[in-house]
Formats: sequence, C-alpha cells, structure tokens
Amino acid sequence: MTQPPADAGRSSPDIGALLAGHGHDPHELLQILRELQAQHGWLPRQALADLAAGLGLTLAQVQGVAGFYRFLHTRPVGEYRILFSDNVTDRMLGSGALMADLCRRLGVAPGRVGEDGLVSVDRCSCTGLCDQGPALLVNHHQVITRLDAGRVARLAQLVRGRVPVAQWPAEWFEVQDQIRRADVLLAEPPAAGAALAVAVARGAGAMLAEIQQSNLRGRGGAGFATGLKWSLCRQAAGAEHVVVCNADEGEPGTFKDRVLLTRHADAVFEGMTIAALLVGARRGLVYLRGEYRYLLESLQAVLQRRRAAKLLGEAIVGQPGFDFDIRIHVGAGAYVCGEESSLIESLEGKRGTPRIRPPFPVEHGYLGFPTIVNNVETFCAATHIALNGGAWWAAIGTRKSTGTKIHSVSGDCERPGLYEYPFGTRIGRILEDCGARDTQAVQVGGPSGVCLSAFEFGRRIAFEDVPSAGAFMVFDRSRDMFEVARGFAHFFAHESCGFCTPCRVGTALVVKRLDKLAAGQGSRHDIDVLFELDKLMHAATHCGLGATACNPLRDTIAKFRPAYERHLKSLYFEPGFDLDAELSVARHLTGRDDPGAHLERLA
Amino acid sequence: MSEVEQSFSLDGEDLPFHAGDTVLQAATRMGRYIPHLCWHPDFAAHGSCRICTVKINGRAAAACTVPASPGLDVESDTHELNAQRKTLLQMLFVEGNHFCPSCEKSGNCLLQATAYQMGMEGPHFEEFYPDRPVDASHPDILLDFNRCILCELCVRASRDVDSKNVFAIGGHGIGTRLLVNSASGRLGDTDMALADRAARICPVGVILPKRRGFVIPIGERRFDAVPVSEQGEASS
Repeated sequence: MTQPPADAGRSSPDIGALLAGHGHDPHELLQILRELQAQHGWLPRQALADLAAGLGLTLAQVQGVAGFYRFLHTRPVGEYRILFSDNVTDRMLGSGALMADLCRRLGVAPGRVGEDGLVSVDRCSCTGLCDQGPALLVNHHQVITRLDAGRVARLAQLVRGRVPVAQWPAEWFEVQDQIRRADVLLAEPPAAGAALAVAVARGAGAMLAEIQQSNLRGRGGAGFATGLKWSLCRQAAGAEHVVVCNADEGEPGTFKDRVLLTRHADAVFEGMTIAALLVGARRGLVYLRGEYRYLLESLQAVLQRRRAAKLLGEAIVGQPGFDFDIRIHVGAGAYVCGEESSLIESLEGKRGTPRIRPPFPVEHGYLGFPTIVNNVETFCAATHIALNGGAWWAAIGTRKSTGTKIHSVSGDCERPGLYEYPFGTRIGRILEDCGARDTQAVQVGGPSGVCLSAFEFGRRIAFEDVPSAGAFMVFDRSRDMFEVARGFAHFFAHESCGFCTPCRVGTALVVKRLDKLAAGQGSRHDIDVLFELDKLMHAATHCGLGATACNPLRDTIAKFRPAYERHLKSLYFEPGFDLDAELSVARHLTGRDDPGAHLERLA
Repeated sequence: MSEVEQSFSLDGEDLPFHAGDTVLQAATRMGRYIPHLCWHPDFAAHGSCRICTVKINGRAAAACTVPASPGLDVESDTHELNAQRKTLLQMLFVEGNHFCPSCEKSGNCLLQATAYQMGMEGPHFEEFYPDRPVDASHPDILLDFNRCILCELCVRASRDVDSKNVFAIGGHGIGTRLLVNSASGRLGDTDMALADRAARICPVGVILPKRRGFVIPIGERRFDAVPVSEQGEASS
C-alpha cells in the first residue's frame, strides 16, 4: 500500500467545516466524501484520515467506503474527469470511436491521467441517457448528450484551453424528456398538494385500503405488492418509520425515473408524503444516483417550494402531528445500491453491500427503523391512486398487473424515448410505435431482465408474462447478440460488490470466457462452462445482482446460438497460440521444411 | 412443549433445534456437517462464502442465514449441492494464490480440508494469479493476502472481540481486498497482538504467527488425521 503522491496546485479543503455541516455524523460519510471530492478532485489519504478522526471511524473503514464507489477516487485524477457512458446503446451510437478520438486528441490513455494532470477519460456504466446518446459525464456532475465528432473535437479544445465547464456550450447539457406516449403517469401532472389533500381527508387507514385495492405492485422490478409492504411497515414497531425513494436508476437502458424527476418531481414527493402519512413516518430520503447529480438543484427547489406551501415540514396541510420532510442523498456510482438493502447500507454511509434478509427493511431498515423502499414510479402511481381511487387504477392493465408502466425505449428504432402503456401491452405494439424495423431482439427490463427474439414479440408486458423494470432496448438484425451479451457481462463484473464468492469470482470468470470467445479462441467447452457458471450463480449468490448476471448470456445462447458459434474456432479445444508457427525456429535451425516438420501435416 | 422438541428435516433425518437457531447452528449442535468457511459459531452469520448453500423446501439458501423453523425440509448432502460447493471452492482457489505444499497452514486449513471433503482435484478454472504483496511488518504476525477468501472473520473478531478494528474490507468486485487500519496501511503500525482473537481466527493461511513454521509436521496436523466432516465444530 503506497501513499498516493501529494496533491499539487489545488487548494486544501476545509474538512472541519464539512464535518460540522454534517453534524459529525458517520452515517453521512458518503455525502461528505462526495462533497470533499467535489471541492478537491480526489480523496487523498490524509483527508480520509482526518474524516475518520472527525467521525469516530477508522481510516480503514473510511478507505473501505471510498474504495467501494466507482465515482470516488483515492488516487489523483484529471482536473477534468470525463466518463463515457458505456451502455450497449451508447456503443451502438458510436461511443467507442468517439472516446478513442477524444483520447487521441488529448494524448491520454483510457483510465489514465496524463502527465500534466489535466484530464482523465474513462468509461462508466449507463448514464440513463440512452435515448439521446452517446452520452458522457463531466466531473461526476454535468452530462453531455448527443456526442458526435464535432462535439468531441470542440470538447478537446475546451479541455486543453482549461475553459471551465460552466462556459461550455449550453446546448451540450440539454437533456430532452422525449415523451412519445403518455398515459396517466406522464400526462399533465396533478396540482401539487391535490392528492395529499384527498389522502388526508380519507384518513390513513382508508387511504391504505385504496392502495391495497389498487393492487399496485412495485415498479423497480421485483413487483412486490405496495399496499402489503406499506401495511407491514405501518404495523412494525419502531421508534420512528422511514420512507425511502429509490432513485438509483442504474439498470442499463432505463431512464424513466430521470424524466419523472425532471417533470413530475412534485408527484413523486407527494407519493412519498402520502406513504409517510400511511406508515407514520417523519423522515423521508431520496437516493439519487450519482449519474443524476445534475438534477439535484432542481429537486431541492421543488422540496423548498413544497415546504413553503406546507406540503412538507411540520403540520402538513394544517394537520397537527403530520410532520414529514425529505432529504436527498446522492449516490456515487454503484449499481448494486439499487437493491434495497444495499441502498439502505449506502444511505447509512457504508459500503453498499446487500444485507442478510430476514429481517426485511419493513421491520429493520434505515438505522434499524421500519422502512419502506419504493421506486420513483411507484410513488408517482400512489399520488394518482390517491386522487382517483384504488378501483380506478385496478381497472387499468390486467388483473394481476394493474395500472400503467413506463418504458424507456432505446436502441435501433426511429423514435427512442418514453412510452407509457397499460400493462398487458404486446411487445410488438411497442416496437411498431417506436419505429423499430427488422428487429432481431429486445432486451426488456435491462441486462437483469429478459432478451426476447422475434418469435416472442407477441408476448405482453405484465408480471405474469414479461415483467419489466422499464428498460426496452431494441436490436436490429445487424447487431451481434454475442457482443451484446459480452457487454452486459462486463457490466455485471464491473458492478459486482465483491461480497459473495459466486458473484465476485463468477462474473469475472464469465468475462474471461466471453473475451476468449470474442478473440476467436473459444471452444464448445467454454460454452459448457458458461452454462455451469450461470446455473451456479442463479443458485448460490447473496443477492439478485449475481443471480441475474448471467440472464443475458443464457437467453442469447439459447435464442441466438449461431451468434456464439460464429465465434467458435473449432469444435474441440483450440490452443490460444499457433503451435505450428512456434516450431518455425526449430525448422530454421534444422534446415527443414518438409511435411514431417509441420504439425498439421502430421495428423 | 419445550423449545428443544421443535425439529426440521436435514437430509431426511429429524433435527431438533433451539429457538433463535439458524439451520447451520442447529446442524452443528447436533454434530451434523454442513460445509462452510465464513461461518464461525462464536460470530453472527456473514453469508459471503456461500459454501453452506442448501435447499430449503426446494429453494436455495445459505444455511448460516436461514432461521430454523419447524417442518423445514433441508437438503444438504446431495450430489448437486456438493458439486456446486466444489465449484465455489474452485472459484476461491483460482481467485487467490493458493500453493498448499508450501503453505504453513496446510493440514490446518479449512479451505483445503473442505476442498478435500468435496472431492476437488484441480482448479477447473483458469487461475487469476493476483499480485498481492505480503505484509511482514509486524514483529510477531505475518499477513499473506494471497490466501484471503474474504470471510471477514478477522474483521469481525478484531472489531467485536478485541475492540481494535485492525481490519476492514476495501475495493469492490474482483478487486475486493482486506485492508489494515494504520496510517501506513501496514500491520506493524497497528496495536494488533498475538494474543488477539483476530490473530487466531483466520480459517486459511493469511494471518500466521511468526517463528512457528512447521512446528507440527505436515501429516500430523488437524485435518490430516480426521476429515473436516468428522471434527464436530471446526473452529480454530
């Protein structure tokens, strides 16, 4: 373990003020690290030691947290830190060549800092801008969309000229909502406070009954009944109860929550406030993924407006005792934190490792308090249910999958963006509406979801048929589905938390096998090993990340096997090097070149 | 009806348990072997190695984390589950640098003993050969990170028993690693002592007392005489 080199040139941050601003609370560690890095660029070891001392933690604990999150740096990085979104949709739009071009123009290698410390360029997991990619993230704060050769050339000039990011062309930072089909959730939002007033008038018990009657199921992917979750939390004993909104929209290809938080933040916060009324919570937390840091100020402004309107704070809507407020916690690049118990660990300022369950968060969640964790879209739906009633929601969609679902459509189609449909909508209908042609496959629900081939396009989006957390990535016949699966395998290996054996080692082994196949050195045996790894990871991992890490692999091997076989050099084991070529030295030395001196001619 | 009369089924045989037991605790109390590495009877369940994965009413789960309850149908010693355990062990072997013949822990190593028990004959996967320098800075204790299986027993023992917090976990994914808490990051700059619980808890050969090499010859060590499955509680 070596001491990183001393930082040169940048001002030393005021750690004392930072600690005081967070009440010296060790549970604030991740937020403190984020803010320290925002001031300083990276996190020197001495600063980590100072933080540890001020928070009553050990240096190794602080180092352990800092080293867990992909957006925190314990070694010097460039003054400008540029991360290219590395989802398959970004790659399909040419991000690889653009990144290579930028690196060439700036004279840096990917993942390395140049000698002058000016800039570092690397890749990151999906930034949730798949409908307007290729995208990149600057200094873990701003996003740039719709990259092209012109933007990259200008970007290199601006960086070389040390022009502050705030002075870069404003249109680069434009993020469009691209709502292509709106149903109830994406339509004109209700007036702030309207749903809350109805909920308060109904009373907590009756309002909870409406949620239960609506049969709303969680929109984050697992599909747990929202009413049941909230009633379990309401019944759980605890000194206080906590409402958490999971805005860690990390599933590659998903960007619906980005738009809901941009356009409908009031509806999301209102859903959280209604939930607080129902479960008896005073404290609300939003876990905003680090990639959406650029939304923070606008979200804070909405919260401030709601406080001023008595929709948050004490005695909400004039009800004595109805006290609730919401704080935003910003993540730092960790897909696994979308899993609710990891998310809670991360909210507590720790490494985002999934907890052992039971106990479940509804009984033992944030700081041990009964906690509900729900997706952005779920809270939004709760607001609409409060306004229109449970029976209204239950009448939309199918019997087992009520209401509507928002799909983030990207990839090979004419009109990428958001499409909201009632549950029960055919995959083929969505493909028609988004202008997809000659479609080979759709990855529904992201890499951890399911890959469907053309013969399955008659299936429907529903918990009982094709469930989805919201991603809908389209691949036409020009795409190599093996390469798609390989990209996802790299994603899961990059995002494994490292806690349990099968995921930590298994995701790395899958990557090695697929890279070997991609290099044309694979054999059937490698495919057998991949099947074996898939089976093991489904059966033995600690959480869902590892369990689903091989889903794209399994689906694509089963449905697009020719794509794999094209990469197989031989039916049998093929060595990684050319043995006959290796014999050329011996042939030269012995002066032979007859058939007997060549390997393949011996057989 | 007293608590001890409650029971569940382990591989077809009735197994009594106490209230609050996990499946693995109950099995261990009754001398039944469920392979495990990161679990230790003196510490709360951790659930990271996944070697103790069993099937409970047909669903896979780690025996160390599932509360025992009456009527559970637990399968553990089956061909399928043992094959899976062997694969998990092979993963741990290729992830680190494990050269048993030159390791002071050989014969006393829970990883090695469990691998023998599960019939592991080779690594199966390609080796990762990670670069993990040893830390010999402490006067009495050697740290050889090459063998670490990230069970966190030392982290837990140092925190919960010794109250020293000498260790922590850092990194993520395949880069996850054991950290030492000192300004230099070296063990010699901590207050760790040979008498600490953390110095005696490592199930593999990471934390070793110095100047004790081969005091007991290989062939006469703990698992040389009696296989891990017949040792009762395999605590070190």
